[in-house]
Amino acid sequence: MENGAEMEAVGGGCDGARAAVLVAGLRRGFASGRTRSYEWRAAQLKGIARMIDDKEAEIMAALHDDLAKPHMESYLHEISLAKAACTFALKEMKRWMKPKKVPTSITTFPSSAEIVSEPLGVVLVISAWNYPFLLSIDPVIGAIAAGNAVALKPSEVAPATSSLFATILPNYTDNSCVKVVEGSTPETTALLEQKWDKIFYTGSGKVGRIVMTAAAKHLTPVALELGGKCPVLVDSNVNVIVATKRIAVGKWGCNNGQACIAPDYILTTKSFAPTLVDAMKRTLEKFYGKDPLESSDLSRIVNANHFRRLTSLLDDEKVSGTIVYGGQQDEKRLKIAPTLLLDVPHDSLIMKEEIFGPLLPIITFNEVEDCMDFINSKAKPLAAYLFTKDKKLEELFVKTVSAGGMLINDTALHLANPHLPFGGVGESGIGAYHGKFSFDSFSHKKAVLSRGFSGEAPARYPPYTPQKQKILRGLINGSIIALLLAILGWPRD
Amino acid sequence: MGKGFDGARAADVVAELRETFRSGRTRSLQWRAAQLKAIARMIDENEADITAALYNDLAKPPTESILHEIALAKEACLFALKKLKRWMKPRKVSTSITTFPSSAKIVPEPFGVVLVISAWNFPFLLSIDPVIGAIAAGNTVVLKPSEVATATSSFIAKNLPHYVDNSCIRVVEGSIPEASALLEQKWDKIFYTGSARVGRIVMAAAVKHLTPLVLELGGKCPVLVDSNVDIKVAAKRIVVGKWGCNSGQACIAPDYIITTKAFAPKLVDALKITLEKFYGKDPLGSADLSRIVNSSHFTRLKNLLDEDKVSGTIVHGGQQDEKHLKIAPTLLLDVPSDASIMKEEIFGPLLPIITVDDLEHSFDVINSKPKPLAAYLFTKDHKLEKKFVKTVSAGGMLINDAILQFTNPHLPFGGVGESGMGSYHGRFSFDAFSHKKAVLSRCFLGEIPMRYPPYTPLKQKVLRGLIAGNVLPLLHALVVWPAHKKV
Repeated sequence: MENGAEMEAVGGGCDGARAAVLVAGLRRGFASGRTRSYEWRAAQLKGIARMIDDKEAEIMAALHDDLAKPHMESYLHEISLAKAACTFALKEMKRWMKPKKVPTSITTFPSSAEIVSEPLGVVLVISAWNYPFLLSIDPVIGAIAAGNAVALKPSEVAPATSSLFATILPNYTDNSCVKVVEGSTPETTALLEQKWDKIFYTGSGKVGRIVMTAAAKHLTPVALELGGKCPVLVDSNVNVIVATKRIAVGKWGCNNGQACIAPDYILTTKSFAPTLVDAMKRTLEKFYGKDPLESSDLSRIVNANHFRRLTSLLDDEKVSGTIVYGGQQDEKRLKIAPTLLLDVPHDSLIMKEEIFGPLLPIITFNEVEDCMDFINSKAKPLAAYLFTKDKKLEELFVKTVSAGGMLINDTALHLANPHLPFGGVGESGIGAYHGKFSFDSFSHKKAVLSRGFSGEAPARYPPYTPQKQKILRGLINGSIIALLLAILGWPRD
Repeated sequence: MGKGFDGARAADVVAELRETFRSGRTRSLQWRAAQLKAIARMIDENEADITAALYNDLAKPPTESILHEIALAKEACLFALKKLKRWMKPRKVSTSITTFPSSAKIVPEPFGVVLVISAWNFPFLLSIDPVIGAIAAGNTVVLKPSEVATATSSFIAKNLPHYVDNSCIRVVEGSIPEASALLEQKWDKIFYTGSARVGRIVMAAAVKHLTPLVLELGGKCPVLVDSNVDIKVAAKRIVVGKWGCNSGQACIAPDYIITTKAFAPKLVDALKITLEKFYGKDPLGSADLSRIVNSSHFTRLKNLLDEDKVSGTIVHGGQQDEKHLKIAPTLLLDVPSDASIMKEEIFGPLLPIITVDDLEHSFDVINSKPKPLAAYLFTKDHKLEKKFVKTVSAGGMLINDAILQFTNPHLPFGGVGESGMGSYHGRFSFDAFSHKKAVLSRCFLGEIPMRYPPYTPLKQKVLRGLIAGNVLPLLHALVVWPAHKKV
């Protein structure tokens, strides 16, 4: 049976041939027209919402398996956000699907014009390991809401969550149009060789380039949600206790710093740094106790590779010498304590690469403006943060610093607002999603202009004459008189 | 900027424009408006020269030059000038209870330094139109006009610098070596108009720097003609959309017609009559038809006609004048589906008509081909219209006319699938060259202690309630909690 053959494609050993079979199956599913109706899309989203409700415990267990993610974070950052995405899409989808009427110009009078959203067709979602549940289901929700057939490739670096998807998603969604493919580089490569109508990738800039290269072959549009070094500029004019709490929870309370929008490094003035460092130390002890390696409220480092990557950032003497708090490590359990570093050299590796872990360098300048220059000297990040009560500084920051998104006086939260586009710029990515932006990301906005057979303007037809040209120019300039003349049939042939 | 423009010089240009962009000069409404006004003035003051250049490059009839290139370019300037302030304004959006109190907005900002690569068929418009969008959005921009339209490229290179701010807007002339040198640089956006083949090259180059793109490509734009039409009007609109648009050398020109076997004879007759009315008995002598742009395209089109099984299907036209690079409007009836003329984008004055038994079958024919930039339907039947819009995917669609969708600045103009990615015109031009930055702003109030470690079941419970939109937990969080817990 067809479905049986296609089910085999799901799982390890998905090579080029199997990937082609998978895509062909999805294309048939899409061509059947079943994904176009509001009812089908709503049924899938309701199915996903039900899956999240039914399997909450399993999801949390998988996330704990993969990342030692605290249940609070699993709930707050993955489960509740995924559920909210379903609910929001269900609530708004009818409105999103409706064609949008737009004004028509005098040149096409009489006519009506509208923009019709249509699905792109068969799309591929490649997810990441750090929020392996959310970053899989969130784009899939957008793809489905927009009426596409979709293949999801969860990250193999989070195997428990990947496995969970492969097991449960097919039980809650229409398998002819929604498929999960597990695997690692070979399987991903096989998938990327196929022709997709859109590819949505979350991950690193390095692999983002591989995805875009593959997409270029078929002129496939892409959304790339990448990363960067998210700076936190801390002014002296702040409530420093609240500021440090919000920074800490955005850094270590977000998968122990392994988040694309986690604060990567802090910038502040030389004069304020001591106050800030002190407040951060106190907050960290309050949150995680005197022995943070034992705290159950911190995710572990995802695997040995990343553990080594992070510890080697500290190998440089000029860097390890700047540790002012933390630094404890437990290789066996893949744990690194929240670590603060003060005034690391700007050319050290820890200041050049995205950290993606529990190390937080603080660098200082004489003036706040110098801090902004420093931010702008680096690649554009996915998020930039500023803590200040000074409205003028806030305005300057928004005006001068370019980033995917910005948050003033808090961290990470902007991703929870479905009315804000979530995406990068420059090295941090292409495209955006969340809320309606998800729907738009997976839609083609088709312009439709409709006329009747009246409103003939003989002036537009050859043979061209100066009089005809005159009338047409008037028409293009929006002249009503020209319009009248045109439709009254001037000039007479 | 011409011969000898290599990678080093390209890098210099980009570095200069980056420096200027960093200076902030392109950010103000005043600067942007000044550039747009200058471009509008350039168009007004040089209409004769632009028309002459277009005639040089394409033998484009002055009426088409004025209508399709000059007037539309001017309109784009004026529309942007009128709307720019509104487009630049940040857009406030709703906030959720979870971030109370807060304010949220979307701020458009320029990408930075952008590259516009233009095409040869509407060489003035397709250069200036994207540049207008780039400037309106506050970018610095390099324009590379098509070398295939040499007179227009030369006109732009000589004149644009006299009107606009050269520290921010540059023209680089040249062909493949110069384009390659440019594509090696790091751009913040690339806007390309042309063929799918070169579109792939541009996208592959953009990968290196993760540069976002707009690709305005082509495709075979089908025209579906029902029997339930005003056939005279339909024929006129099809003819002017095809041959009145640079002799069919337009990305949205009707490429082929599909109609029923029963209706084909009537349609062919009506087209023949219209063609004669428009271009006379000797169309090769008509001043109202562009020529074929160059001999390489002439040969390409000639070969499409010379193919076995194709030349026999010519029912009108077919005359050629190689010396003057002219091909007469040519109709072909029932060409085989595997002929090259039915597989490649024609981009010329040849119009195949293929027939089906039932018009509903035509949707399958259209959908079996790559998605085109435009699809057209002529019918009075609203049900058929609805089905067409629902079933056929294309960049844009027009019912009962051809090409006019291009002129409406409220409609996005762009392709899908093989016909392109991204769109522009009007506000969509501004958006194409802008990054929409999300900005959420809070103050130091509205602390929710439950979000902080150490995590407890009680904290989780309160947050769940909060997220579920219950106001009580919010009140509890804001008022009661701080009173009895010091976290």
